[in-house]
Amino acid sequence: MTREVVVTGLGMTTPVGGDVESTWQALLTGTSGIRLIDQPWVAEQPAKIAGIMAVDPAEVVERVEARRLDRSQQAALVAAREAWAMAGAPEIDPDRLGAVISTGMGGLTSLMDAYDTLLDRGPSRISPHMVTQIMPNGPAAIVGLEVGARAGVHGQVSACASGAEAVSYAARMITTGRADVVICGGTEAVIHPITMAGFAAMRALSTRNDDPTAASRPYDLGRDGFVMGEGAGVLVLESAEFAAARGATILGIYGGAGLTSDGHHIAQPDPEGLGAARAIRFAIEDAGLSTSDIVHINAHATSTPQGDIAESVAIRAALGDHTDNVVVTGTKSMTGHLLGGAGAIESVFTLLALRDRLVPPTANLVDKDPEITLDVAAGAPRELPQGDIAALNNSFGFGGHDVALVFRSA
Amino acid sequence: MSQEILDGLAVIVNEVAGVPVEDVQSDKSFVDDLDIDSLSMVEVVMAAEDKWGVKIPDSEVKNLTTVGDAVAFIAANQ
Repeated sequence: MTREVVVTGLGMTTPVGGDVESTWQALLTGTSGIRLIDQPWVAEQPAKIAGIMAVDPAEVVERVEARRLDRSQQAALVAAREAWAMAGAPEIDPDRLGAVISTGMGGLTSLMDAYDTLLDRGPSRISPHMVTQIMPNGPAAIVGLEVGARAGVHGQVSACASGAEAVSYAARMITTGRADVVICGGTEAVIHPITMAGFAAMRALSTRNDDPTAASRPYDLGRDGFVMGEGAGVLVLESAEFAAARGATILGIYGGAGLTSDGHHIAQPDPEGLGAARAIRFAIEDAGLSTSDIVHINAHATSTPQGDIAESVAIRAALGDHTDNVVVTGTKSMTGHLLGGAGAIESVFTLLALRDRLVPPTANLVDKDPEITLDVAAGAPRELPQGDIAALNNSFGFGGHDVALVFRSA
Repeated sequence: MSQEILDGLAVIVNEVAGVPVEDVQSDKSFVDDLDIDSLSMVEVVMAAEDKWGVKIPDSEVKNLTTVGDAVAFIAANQ
């Protein structure tokens, strides 16, 4: 018998808010967190806009912590503390507690800063914290140490699907009996001239620099690429028995996951969306549900011309005619694309939508691309039905990673 | 002179490890009293080298058990 996994804690720090509720209220009102990057280095960059965290995590964590941690690790710690507190800081045997926090690119800005130091001042002035700042398992390790996890600390790496993959791995730790509680999610903070230049070289970024809040516009005909964001999202997952025994408040239920790969191209989506469609079908199957149970999708929807269409094709391939009954939203229109943090914050958004029976609107959707055959929430929040409902969160990553998660209402 | 170095070192230890400035006294052990781990000690040494223009080799660092040991080494090698 499979152990049921429930969600008891949520935490976030994003470009639209420093915690769960401020972020959620911003999304429901369609507020964008995208702005012009206020740094001299943007002058020569094709893309000069990003979703900078609304609250600087270095100002939230202790001063000494800020000094020792990469910005992505600071964000993970902020979100983890909020989620852990919301879960009521469960008392648990550390051997039964896990941590799975992913990042797509690790402590890249710390590495670049250290390289500048190496060139300017030589090897003797490299910080002894540099290695732990840049290692991709760093955020998982930092959060694991914070809660004292000893069942296992892991970091899944699958580019922009990393955060969602972390949630699926955490749930698997519980269903297979390795842990009773796992704190999980994703984080990213790589807004730096080198990443902006790299993504711009791929022609992946929006260059709507004169109108930052309108730049991320999934499904709109005027979309021209994604906007980079930064931040972290964290969930506390528990076995249903453990949560019930300690009288925890259940915020939502983890249904299941589908993980596939495109086998198509290193950075282009499969235009037929075959891998993504299989991931969606597997997730619904893993949750023991049928397609007709799905009422909402928090889509990957990065605002790239090809990606949004490929996902639309995949959703229709997976859900068939039921697609018309599903309310889809693209919250990256407001947060930007948090890369390895995206699947995590969007899992939180999906759970909040199920909790409040409200789907946040997709900002900037003015002139819908006729190739998008989805019912997309736009302009105002959309209501979801009462009763037991389920929703999907899609995440896809460079490398052809496809991850779909299913969550159910509490 | 030594007092000046002690005060400066207290600021560094506070900056690096969050130890209150007033706790950084000559008789205090970096490891046992101030809970400075080996990585933080590297940072303290780097900052001290920069501040007083001294070179504190690794072979010497292990002899600097107390704050007073560090103050004496810096004063003697400045």
